[in-house]
Amino acid sequence: MKFTIRAGVVKENIYKWVFAVSAFASLLFLVGITITLFIEGLPIFKEVGFFDLLFGKLWYPTYDPADFGIFPLIMGTVWVTVGALVVCVILGVGSALYINELAGKKQRAILKPMIEILAAIPSIVYGFFGMVIVAPFIQNLLGLPTGLCAFTGSLILGIMALPTVCSIAEDALSFVPKSFREASLALGANRWQTMVRVVIPAAGSGISTAIILGMSRAVGETMTVLMVTGGAAVIPHSFFDPVRPMTSTIAAEMGEAVMGGAHYHALFAIGLILFLITFIFNVIAETISRKYRLKLGLSG
Amino acid sequence: MNNEVKIKAKNVNFYYGNKQVLENIDLEFYQNRVSALIGPSGCGKSTFIRLFNRMNDLISNTRMEGKIYLDNIDINGKNVDVVKIRRLVGMVFQKPNPFPKTIYENVSYGLEVNGIKDKKSIEEKVIESLDRAALWREVKDRLHDSALGLSGGQQQRLCIARCLAVEPEVILFDEPCASLDPISTRSIEELILELKKYYTIVIVTHNMQQAARISDFTAFLYLGELIEFGPTEKLFTVPKEKTTEEYLTGKFG
Repeated sequence: MKFTIRAGVVKENIYKWVFAVSAFASLLFLVGITITLFIEGLPIFKEVGFFDLLFGKLWYPTYDPADFGIFPLIMGTVWVTVGALVVCVILGVGSALYINELAGKKQRAILKPMIEILAAIPSIVYGFFGMVIVAPFIQNLLGLPTGLCAFTGSLILGIMALPTVCSIAEDALSFVPKSFREASLALGANRWQTMVRVVIPAAGSGISTAIILGMSRAVGETMTVLMVTGGAAVIPHSFFDPVRPMTSTIAAEMGEAVMGGAHYHALFAIGLILFLITFIFNVIAETISRKYRLKLGLSG
Repeated sequence: MNNEVKIKAKNVNFYYGNKQVLENIDLEFYQNRVSALIGPSGCGKSTFIRLFNRMNDLISNTRMEGKIYLDNIDINGKNVDVVKIRRLVGMVFQKPNPFPKTIYENVSYGLEVNGIKDKKSIEEKVIESLDRAALWREVKDRLHDSALGLSGGQQQRLCIARCLAVEPEVILFDEPCASLDPISTRSIEELILELKKYYTIVIVTHNMQQAARISDFTAFLYLGELIEFGPTEKLFTVPKEKTTEEYLTGKFG
């Protein structure tokens, strides 16, 4: 009798440890990755100088002497992300509003899962689709020297971020209590006024969270941008210039960079900056959504 | 006492899907009077008053038969603008539902969506409405704070102020005190008595004492049918119908 009780306790302890280890593993990974990024990325800041690295206009890592100015890469990311933002806000928030406010039950039951399935398409397939179909189409349509440019990248990235944005924004809209809509309509507001002035502001923080998370997906996306943005490490002057965003630079060059060399450290520095950007996005998104839950009186 | 008919329901039937929830109701509500609808939960009181500002339009798979007249105008008529009806027939809901905006914005909202642009006249109207809803003194120093920081009773009075601002002719109260404490309930009741000078008031309540305290007329609904309607005093003291008497004496409910 006594023996079985002991065995139960031991078993319980084993479970506890197994789960604790899995929980702390993710913490370990986070710390490990962060430390690695700093150790491998910081030396280049010292070598080139913080300002020259961040704002240098030339990225010629394999020349002699090499130039490690990552400003063109940052601008590549910025242009593509801003473009993607426009696309995913229009499509994502627009479709969320349609699904939540205007679509009937049947349409809603079809549309939402369909949009969410977009997230299941591998990014390489998006890249392939963009390279083979969208880029030539845009090139012919606008008479560009190449269709592989920031615009095409924005378009494809925007569509990739669409399910994230639509799904989270739609959830936020459906959390808006029915009583707000009723109150507004009962005051003689029409459907449009109710949507714009009551429902959207009430879901505002949720919608911003959706957009920021969508953006952070767009900033970090690699495969697709590598395939569709053209890869020129030059500061772009228009949306139809080829660009080389930070992610695709790392993906394309890591294989040929000498381990421990300046180029290698510079790529890590890019990774570090990317990490900081997405980290900040996520913190902002989390802060906003916490405030929003408090505002609606839901538990934080 | 001269009773002018403001709202008239004629042969009203209402269905949720195939389920009939209101059966052949004929009823009139008079101007500047408080009319109470009483009856056990689920008897169709709320559904019934939501027909007067066409709130049930928002619920899919419902159907109404019969006519509802506001000043002899069929409010479900083809050329009638539902937005106008809702402007004329205000509603205060069971649970206080202020917008997550400031106190001021809650009241100004109705004015703005109704096309009033002049800031000065909006401000005057906001103050006047808050004053009429007996809330001005409590909130005048924090008009630009969130309405969600008010107590339940204050929130409900804010909802009343919001409703008054658009100058309705009829106000529907759907169990306005259901979620309030006795003191807040009392202040709302006093307010309703005050408001009846200017408006036609219809109130749903399942608190019989409340109906007795504030209404001039009472209608008793049971299982979707109108059992009895008459002056409150008569209905409570000498009910004509046996079911009414049984309900009032607490034999069911």
